[in-house]
Amino acid sequence: MQPVDTVERNDLATLEAGLDALESSSVQKASLGTRFVKAAVPAVLSIAGLLAIWQVLYALKIWPEWKFPGPADVWRSLRDQWEQGLVWSAVRNSVSRGLIGFAMSAIIATPLAILITRVGFARTVLRPILSGLQQLPSVAWVPAAIIWFGLTPSTIYAVVILGATPSITNGLVNGIDQIPPLYLRAAKVLGLRRLDNIRRVVLPAALPNYLTGLEQGWAFAWRSLMAAELIAISPALGNGLGQTLETGRQLGDMSLIVTAILLILTTGILVEKLGFAPIRRRVYRNRGLAVA
Amino acid sequence: MNTAAIEIKNVSKTYRGESAPVLDDITVTLEAGEFVCLLGASGCGKTTLLNLVSGLDVSTGGSIEKNGKVSVIFQESALFPWLTAGRNIELALRASGVEKAKRKERALELLRLVHLEHAYDKRPHELSGGMKQRVAIARALAQDAKILLMDEPFAALDAITRDFLHEEISTVWKERGLTIVFVTHNVREAIRLGQRVLLLSSKPGRIIREWNVDLPQPRNIDDPAVATLAAEITTELRKEISRHATR
Repeated sequence: MQPVDTVERNDLATLEAGLDALESSSVQKASLGTRFVKAAVPAVLSIAGLLAIWQVLYALKIWPEWKFPGPADVWRSLRDQWEQGLVWSAVRNSVSRGLIGFAMSAIIATPLAILITRVGFARTVLRPILSGLQQLPSVAWVPAAIIWFGLTPSTIYAVVILGATPSITNGLVNGIDQIPPLYLRAAKVLGLRRLDNIRRVVLPAALPNYLTGLEQGWAFAWRSLMAAELIAISPALGNGLGQTLETGRQLGDMSLIVTAILLILTTGILVEKLGFAPIRRRVYRNRGLAVA
Repeated sequence: MNTAAIEIKNVSKTYRGESAPVLDDITVTLEAGEFVCLLGASGCGKTTLLNLVSGLDVSTGGSIEKNGKVSVIFQESALFPWLTAGRNIELALRASGVEKAKRKERALELLRLVHLEHAYDKRPHELSGGMKQRVAIARALAQDAKILLMDEPFAALDAITRDFLHEEISTVWKERGLTIVFVTHNVREAIRLGQRVLLLSSKPGRIIREWNVDLPQPRNIDDPAVATLAAEITTELRKEISRHATR
């Protein structure tokens, strides 16, 4: 009987291999160059368009120059700042504060979200508080934080954490709540231990929503940071993008203000494009989800 | 050596808030190495019975004894989409306490068994429905399960793929000496695969008839003998369904 069985098995193997080959699609990925051109051309075009409109409005002289500087004035201001080393120090300070505050928020939010999804009582008590906090603009915390912590980095971190933590927590809670029950049942059948289950099934399954929460958390962290930097000004805190804005206001230097706005905008976009977008793309692609 | 793999005694299940039981006084013994198909119209509690046996749900009465590790194969593959096929199997091996150094080799071995050794690095979304179910079978075997509960596992597949998978699961069942409970609403599928076919009534779910399928393996789903038995079972199934018609 043995040889017959073997023949049958090989037959099935061949049949299945044939069908597998027919049903497997091989997707050709566009080359790196093509993808870059596709992404970059529209961006360059829209920036060029905005610059052109800006220049035309400036040339029409509708508003006085001290209220509405032209692209060339802002460029000069940026170059000045750059030559004094102020651009680099402000961006570096702000980004590092933002990232440290964001990381602390994530470290607080992650176990908090797991607690909320595991313990019914925690959900009842904490969920409304977090939803409330998410509604509250975190700039409202700045005066209180200054009284509590003085003009120190702690004030800035406190405001950033209060701004970012609710979004990250809610993102992960939603992610865990929305895990397809099938995965949880499969995990139960596999008999994973509690911690293994959280680490290897629950968290990975919630990852897409968690990432959305983190991205939103970063957006809130960055905004909160600017609000805090704008108000909390002291030599102890050093230079930052928010402080640059305030300096511009005090000097009545509109070009400097526009420079700071553009730097805040660009930094935010770069963190999103270079930090979050590649991770999100990779996670989505690995799971066969449409890349948003 | 026929010891019982699963002994279900007087099992009932009533969902909370419902007056009528889904399952009512089910008693059945499955011998080790048996392939039993559970057949019934939708709503007859087939899936509920499987969930009770697997421990995903608890009964409201009676007892279930199991002799050996149980694994479940769902209608959808339930492979974790964030892991490759190979890693899915390795996670099952990890849960079963296989040491890390041996996992990859074992995973490849199991994939070879379902003719998918080339799919080790493939992600679930890159696999066809049939391939996913084969990986799911391999993952269940990775748990070293002696009892396999299959809940309409091939219902979502096309006819050609289903035919291959019937052959696949028959072979795996024989080679591994598994006890399989296979839920389906497809009469011919039940006869193609099972040694015994149990017909469940609906609302409440009871075992109303039982057939021993004595046809030689491997069977063909288009065999006249299969067709004859299928006609007989279908008649019973229809009788049971028309009982529920309100006039």
